[in-house]
Amino acid sequence: MTKKNLILAFESSCDETSVAVIENGEKILSNIVATQINSHKRFGGVVPEVASRHHIEQITICIDEALQKAHVKTSDLTAVAVTYGPGLVGALLVGVSAAKSFAYANDLPLVPVNHMAGHIYAARFVKPIVFPSMALLVSGGHTELVYMPYENEFQIIGETRDDAAGEAYDKIGRVLGITYPAGKPIDELAHQGKDTFHFPRAMVHDDNFDFSFSGLKSAFINTVHHADQVNETLNRADLAASFQQSVVDVIVKKTLVACEKFSIKQLVLAGGVAANQGLRETLSKKLSEKQPDLDFVKAPLKYCGDNAAMIGAAGYVAMKHNVFADASLNAEPSLEFDWVPDAIK
Amino acid sequence: MKLLALDTSNRPLSVAVLDDGQLLAMTTTNIRKNHSIQLLPIIEALVKQAGITVQDLDRIVVADGPGSYTGLRIATTTAKTLAYTLNIDLVAISSLRALAANVIDENRLIVPLFDARRENVFAGIYERTSDGLVSVMDDQHLSIKELAAQLLGMQKPVWFVGQDVATYAAFVQDQLGSNFHQVSDALNLPNAFALGNLGLHAEPVAHPFNFVPRYLRLTEAEVEWKKRHPQEDTKPYVERN
Ligand SMILES: [Zn+2]
Repeated sequence: MTKKNLILAFESSCDETSVAVIENGEKILSNIVATQINSHKRFGGVVPEVASRHHIEQITICIDEALQKAHVKTSDLTAVAVTYGPGLVGALLVGVSAAKSFAYANDLPLVPVNHMAGHIYAARFVKPIVFPSMALLVSGGHTELVYMPYENEFQIIGETRDDAAGEAYDKIGRVLGITYPAGKPIDELAHQGKDTFHFPRAMVHDDNFDFSFSGLKSAFINTVHHADQVNETLNRADLAASFQQSVVDVIVKKTLVACEKFSIKQLVLAGGVAANQGLRETLSKKLSEKQPDLDFVKAPLKYCGDNAAMIGAAGYVAMKHNVFADASLNAEPSLEFDWVPDAIK
Repeated sequence: MKLLALDTSNRPLSVAVLDDGQLLAMTTTNIRKNHSIQLLPIIEALVKQAGITVQDLDRIVVADGPGSYTGLRIATTTAKTLAYTLNIDLVAISSLRALAANVIDENRLIVPLFDARRENVFAGIYERTSDGLVSVMDDQHLSIKELAAQLLGMQKPVWFVGQDVATYAAFVQDQLGSNFHQVSDALNLPNAFALGNLGLHAEPVAHPFNFVPRYLRLTEAEVEWKKRHPQEDTKPYVERN
């Protein structure tokens, strides 16, 4: 029997401290997530210094719980994987410092993982990723299309020019009086309403794969402010539905074009906003109409948000490709995949 | 007892490996280079130079603040993770006390100080007696004016320690006159050998799990929030599942 590959993975890029144990890159033995939402709710958004302080309170407890729950001894481990970017620098540093120290004290190799690769590999818990593949990554900080010609190669072919989709949700949430985090409540509200406002669909006909949501956000805010001035009450469910439909239409349209232009075998939907029901449903429906042969994999709802399990899965692949870091590994808050704007031309 | 001592509270970094009270190896840097890049490679090199392995360590001593929040987090996260996974004692020593330990003379007040910007400092007042380094005023975040006023009332010679003393030297000298003294440059830097000796017999923290830096200050966001919401709270702030 061959020895199991057991990775202890760390994630601390934003407001969750997470440590997981992953077997052979595909099986979650444990995935401890300490979420700070209750803390940041006080401020209406994530406060970086507060986030960093919570991470340090939680980090060794999470390591211990992850090992215990997985029934794994430190001596059974094969490697340590850690998110080193992108994210909040102070938050990242806690995970990076802990992962490096743990690896050093236990003579384990250290695998640096790009947080966005982690999000993509959350889909690995549904089925293997087949190449060439395309990932639609939608989260609080990112909206991007990532082309993966082969394993462990990630190329951005399109991304948001301004706000990420998740940011737009939080901003219009404020206008609707929905407290942070606004994504889920708006998604639910949208399901009770109809697209009656017909907000703009930015860049939908442009000859590229980039997104823009600031125009939509402004149109939304102007509509609400105008109604306030004339003492008119707008239907909140319809507002939410109209906003969401515009976001979803733009993302789905661009994604379908990208999938057509690249001869890919699979589309992966991942990232925090990938939990959005409107997006999941519309994308599934359009794909089955227009590209029925394309394999569509959605990251499981449970692993759409930030977690270390996905970092372990991506770390396993990076390790196979001999991606290792030494004790000088630093946090890289603006880490990005290679940007390949002309990939298709 | 094999001991690792580390301090990255501010721009200087100091790391040492000790065997009981004896120094085996030490590195101190004072450069603008990220502590996160420097710290662990230096620990690795020192442990090797000391002729031991990391698994031979019996105790970690860390300067846990006050200081730069980022610097503190790098040292304390490293220290608590090492102590946890090696299952050894973790000792926390105030970064100000560690700096005060550079002064070995008795019969004088010792004031280690870090700049906290906008005429505020992190400072403590210490005195060396036959019982060792005794705290006369707790480490705290206060204005340089308040600190000077306190010291003026004590009417004793004061020796200021730390690289940031230069920023306020003119003002404090003006207040304290001939009671104001500065130490030589070499003593303005943290010294992990001295830190290690302070931690040699000190009581370890109860468990690395709950160990956090000594920030000595709430975040601005929390201060504002508490002002506006004296009654409410959303505790527990962190939920683990
Ligand atoms: Zn994320």
